[in-house]
Amino acid sequence: MTATLTPPQRAGGGPDGRRRLVVVGNGMAGARAVEEILARGGAELFSITMFGDEPYGNYNRIMLSHVLSGEESHEDIFLNSLSWYEQNDITLHAGVRINRIDRFAKVVFSDDGQTTPYDQLIIATGSRSFMPPMDGLMGPGGLLPGVFAFRTIDDTRGMIDYATHDEHRQAVVIGGGLLGLEAARGLQSHGIDVTVIHSPKHLMNAQLGPEGGDILKQSMERLGIRIVCGTRTTAIWGPDKVRGVRLKDGTEMPCDLAVLTAGIRPNVEVALTSGFTVERAIVVDDAMRTVDDDDVYAVGECVQHRGEVYGLVAPLWEQAVVLADQITGADPTAAYMGSRTATKLKVAGVEVAAMGVQGPEKDTDEHIVFSEPRRGTFKSIVIRDDKIIGATLLGDSNKVAFLQQAFDRGLPLPEARVELMFDLGGPSAEVGVAELADDAQICNCNGVSKKAICDVVQAGCKTVTGVMDKTRAGKGCGSCKLLVAQVVEFAADGAVEEDPSVHYYVPGIALDKPTLMAAIRDQELRSPSAVFAALAPEGAEDAKSKMGLASLLKMMWGEDYVDEKDARFINDRVHANIQKDGTFSVVPQMRGGVTTPEQLRRIADVADKYEVPMVKLTGGQRIDLLGIRKEDLPGVWGDLGMPSGYAYGKSFRTVKTCVGQEFCRFGTGDSTKLGIELETRMQGMESPAKMKLAVSGCPRNCAESLVKDVGIVAIEGGRWELYIGGAAGAHIRKGDLLTTVDDAETAKLLTGRFLQYYRENAKWLERTYAFVPRVGLDHIKAVVVDDSEGIAERLDAEVQKHADTYVDPWTEGATPVEPGQFRTSLPLEVLPRVPADRATELLGGSW
Amino acid sequence: MLGPAHTATDHRLGPVTQVPYGEGRAFEVAGEQIAVFRLRDDTLYALSAVCPHKGGPLADGQLDSTLLMCPLHQNTFELATGCSPTGAAPLRRYDVRVEDAEIVLTA
Ligand code: SRM
Ligand SMILES: Cc1cc2nc3c(=O)[nH]c(=O)nc-3n(C[C@H](O)[C@H](O)[C@H](O)COP(=O)(O)OP(=O)(O)OC[C@H]3O[C@@H](n4cnc5c(N)ncnc54)[C@H](O)[C@@H]3O)c2cc1C
Ligand code: SF4
Ligand code: FES
Repeated sequence: MTATLTPPQRAGGGPDGRRRLVVVGNGMAGARAVEEILARGGAELFSITMFGDEPYGNYNRIMLSHVLSGEESHEDIFLNSLSWYEQNDITLHAGVRINRIDRFAKVVFSDDGQTTPYDQLIIATGSRSFMPPMDGLMGPGGLLPGVFAFRTIDDTRGMIDYATHDEHRQAVVIGGGLLGLEAARGLQSHGIDVTVIHSPKHLMNAQLGPEGGDILKQSMERLGIRIVCGTRTTAIWGPDKVRGVRLKDGTEMPCDLAVLTAGIRPNVEVALTSGFTVERAIVVDDAMRTVDDDDVYAVGECVQHRGEVYGLVAPLWEQAVVLADQITGADPTAAYMGSRTATKLKVAGVEVAAMGVQGPEKDTDEHIVFSEPRRGTFKSIVIRDDKIIGATLLGDSNKVAFLQQAFDRGLPLPEARVELMFDLGGPSAEVGVAELADDAQICNCNGVSKKAICDVVQAGCKTVTGVMDKTRAGKGCGSCKLLVAQVVEFAADGAVEEDPSVHYYVPGIALDKPTLMAAIRDQELRSPSAVFAALAPEGAEDAKSKMGLASLLKMMWGEDYVDEKDARFINDRVHANIQKDGTFSVVPQMRGGVTTPEQLRRIADVADKYEVPMVKLTGGQRIDLLGIRKEDLPGVWGDLGMPSGYAYGKSFRTVKTCVGQEFCRFGTGDSTKLGIELETRMQGMESPAKMKLAVSGCPRNCAESLVKDVGIVAIEGGRWELYIGGAAGAHIRKGDLLTTVDDAETAKLLTGRFLQYYRENAKWLERTYAFVPRVGLDHIKAVVVDDSEGIAERLDAEVQKHADTYVDPWTEGATPVEPGQFRTSLPLEVLPRVPADRATELLGGSW
Repeated sequence: MLGPAHTATDHRLGPVTQVPYGEGRAFEVAGEQIAVFRLRDDTLYALSAVCPHKGGPLADGQLDSTLLMCPLHQNTFELATGCSPTGAAPLRRYDVRVEDAEIVLTA
C-alpha cells in the first residue's frame, strides 16, 4: 500500500463526480471560506453553490462605515464581483434565502421554492442588528420609515438617501458602541445633527473602561456629536415615519432618523429549525464542524466556538482557513483554537484601539495608565507575568502596531514600561518591521502575516497595490496600509515598484500618456473607436476610458479629430450640465464676468419663456439657468444668441476678473481687458481637467488670482505676476509664482504656453494643483519661461491654432449632429424634480 | 426575466437609426420607460431607463460592449443582464431585435 496525501475520496453526488458543496450565506465568512477552499484545489473537488439573501456579490461590510461617511463609494467595496463567481464556476443565488436544511435527505430549501441537494454544507449566515424592545419601532410594513439598522449595503444606502433629504436634519443613534459611533460620524458628514444614546454608563463599554469611555465622549463631543449615556430609549414615535424618540426618564427628543446600533444577534434560525445545536450561536468544534453533523460546517459570526461568539472579521479569517483545510483534506490536523481580538474605531480624528482586558483583574497584574483628558489622550496597558493582556489607546495610536504584536504573540516587554507608551528613541517603525516575526499579523482585518506579504513579494510582485490585491492586506479597515507598505519595502529590499496602471492615461489602455500619444500619432488614430481597436487589449472598448480619450484626441487632432458622440460624457454631447433630475443647466459665456443690459434682458426673456426654475450667479462670475429640459436646449441657445460658457466638460472654463485700473482707485493694470482677451483666446479648450483663471488689478487680489490654475496679478510699474497651480475647491493651494512679465501681451503668451504644456503632459483629470508639484516648478519655469526644451514656438502655435479654429458648440443646436441628440431620456415624473420656482421660494417673492 | 401575470407582446419602436451607434435612447413602451442601446456592431440591448440608484437617465449614459455607466454617479450595469457589478439594484432587461430595420421590443 502506498500512503497518499490526497483527501479522502468520497463518492461525489454531483453528475461530474465532484462533491456538491452548498454554502448558506454569501457574506464575508462564507465567501472567504470558499476562497480558501479554491486555494486548496477545491474547484476539482467540489461543484459549489452559494445562497445569499442580499442581492449582490460579497462585499466588505467593514467599509460600510466609510461608505456612510462618503469616504468610499459603495461600488468600491466589493470583494467578489458577480464575475468572480462566474470565473470560478460557482453558482450564486443572490437574493435567495435558505429557509430550512434537511440533514437527512441532504437538501436545502430556498424561498424561491427550489430544493438543492448537497454532499457537504457550510452555514455562514452571519448576524443581524439587534432590535431592542421599544414601543413604536415597527410600522405596518416593517421598521417604521426613518428607522435603520446598520448592517448591509441597503441599510447604508437607505440611510444616505434619508440623510441627504433636505428636510431631514436630526438623527438619533441608539447604541454607542463601535458601530454606533461610526454611524454617528457618517451621518454627520451629510450635515445631520446627531445625538448618540447609550444605555450603559460610558461609550464603547465592551472595549473600554469608564475613564477611557469618558475621554472618548469628550472627543466625540468635540466633533459636534451629542452623547447621552446611562439612559435607555423606550419608544419611537411617528406614526407615519419617525419623528422622535422617548427616553426612560421621559425626555423626548425629536428626530427625522433613528439608527439602531445596540448590538448584533447571530442568524441561527435556519440552524435551529433544522435541528442543529444552538446555544448563543451555532455550536462548532475545533474543525469548524457542527457538533451534530460531520458534513455540515459553520463559520463566521453565526458560530459559537468553545463558548465564544465573535463580532469581528479577524477571527473568521482564521476559522475559514481551518474549515478549508478540513473540508478539502489539505490538513486534517488543522484546528481552530479561538482568537484574540482587537478593535479599532474608524472615525477620522478620533483614534481608539482596544485589545484584551480593560483593567487589572488580579492583585499581581501591572497597570500602566497615562491620561491627558484635555487632549483626548488616554493609554492603559495591563501586564501579567511580563506579557500584555490588555491595552487601550485613545487619541494617539503611535504604538498600536507594537502593542498589538506584543499582545498577539506574548513578546518580551521593555524593562522601562514607559517605552510601551511613548517613543523614547526606541526602535523606529522601519526597524520594527525588520524585527517582526514571520507570523506576526500585519493586517488584522484580513489576517495577513508578515510572511504572507514577504512570500508574495519574493514571488515577484513588487508593487504595494499588487501585494494588497494578492494578499488582501490593507483591504479591510485600511488602518494598516502604511505598515503593509513598510513590509513590502522591507521584503523588496528597497526595490519596490509602482503599480504600472497608475501611469496609464486611461484605465482601458495599458499605456502612459507619452506612449499613448506617440502611438496615436504614428498610427494616425483619429477617433476613440480607432484607438480602442488598435491599442486596447483585444480591441475592447472601455466605457470608463472614453471621455479621456476623446479629450486627448481633440487636443491632438483639433479639426481633424473624428468626433464620436458616444465617446463623450452626456454634458459634452449636449453642451450643458446634467442635474440630479436629468434636466440641464445652461451657462452662457460672459467673458471676464462683464455683461450688458442687452444680454441680461435676453437672459431674462429666456428664463421667462422656458420657465427656468432658478437663475443664479455662479462662483465663476456668470449666470446659470438651472433646470432646463433637454429638448429645450437648442431653443434656449437660439434665443440667447450667446456662446457657450463651457461650465461643463474638462476644459477651459472662465477667467474671473476684477474691475481693475479703469475704475478702481487702487488698480494698476487693466485686469478686465486682459481677462477677456484670455478667455476669448482660450475658450472651449479641451484639457485633462478644468482650467480656471483669474486676473486681478492689484495685489489686493479681488479676483482671487492666487488660487487659480493660472492667476495673474497686476503690480506696480505696469508689470504682471503669473501664478500657476493654485486651487480653492476640494483642494486648496496657493499658486506658485511662475514669473513676472512687463506687459499684458507676454502674460497672455506665457499663460497659453503653460496651459498647452499642461494639456500635453498632465494625466487625465489631474488639475494643475497636482500637476505643478508633480512636474516641479523649476522644470516648468525652464520649459515655459526659458524654453529649455526648444518647444515654446510649437506650444504657442498650438494655442494659436485652437483660437483660429474654435467653433462654438451651441451652433449645433440649430442643426443637431445626430438623431435624437436633444431627445429626452427622462421619465421626469419618477425623478426627484428640481424645485420649480426655486428663486421665488428662496426670496419669498420679494426683492 | 419578464414580469409576472402579463403576457409579453412585441412593440415596434420605429427605425433603428434613431439610436446612434454607441448610445442609447429612451422609449415609453406599455407604460414603462425603456432605454434601447445600440453597439457599433449593431447589437441592441434594452434595459429599464431609470437608474435604481437615484433615478439617473440611463439613456444618457456611456457604454462599451458589455457595460452601461449611469451619467449621475457612475454605477455600471451589464448590458446583457441588467445586473450591476457596482452593487446597484439590477435593471430589468427586455428582449429586443431588429426587423426590417425597425426596433422590435418585447415587453
Ligand atoms: C455653477 C457652479 C456653482 C455656482 O452656483 O456658483 C459650479 C457647479 C458645479 N461644480 Fe464647481 N461650480 C462653480 C464654481 C466653482 C468654483 C469657483 C470658481 O470657478 O471660481 C470652484 C473652485 C475653484 C476650482 O475649481 O479650483 C469649483 C470647484 C469644483 C470642483 C472641485 C475641483 C477640484 O479639483 O478641487 C468640482 C468637482 C470636480 O471638478 O470634479 C466642481 C464640480 C461642479 C459641478 C460641475 C458638479 C458636477 O460634477 O456635476 C457643478 C455643476 C452644478 C450643476 O448642476 O450645474 N466644482 N466650482 C459654479 C460655476 C462657475 C462657472 O461659472 O463656470
Ligand atoms: C458597519 C460595520 C462596520 C464594521 N466594522 C468592522 C471593523 O472595523 N472591524 C471588524 O473586524 N469588523 C467590523 N464589522 C463586522 C464584520 O463586518 C463582520 O464580523 C463580518 O461581516 C461577519 O461576516 P459573516 O460572513 O459571518 O457575516 P455577514 O458578513 O453578515 O454575512 C452573512 C450573509 O449571510 C446572509 N444570510 C443570512 N441568513 C441567510 C439565509 N438563511 N439564506 C441565505 N443567506 C443568508 C446575510 O444576508 C449575509 O449576506 C463591521 C460591521 C458593520 C456592519
Ligand atoms: S484688485 Fe485692485 S484693482 Fe481690482 S478691485 Fe481690488 S483693489 Fe481694485
Ligand atoms: S443615479 Fe445612476 S448612479 Fe446614481
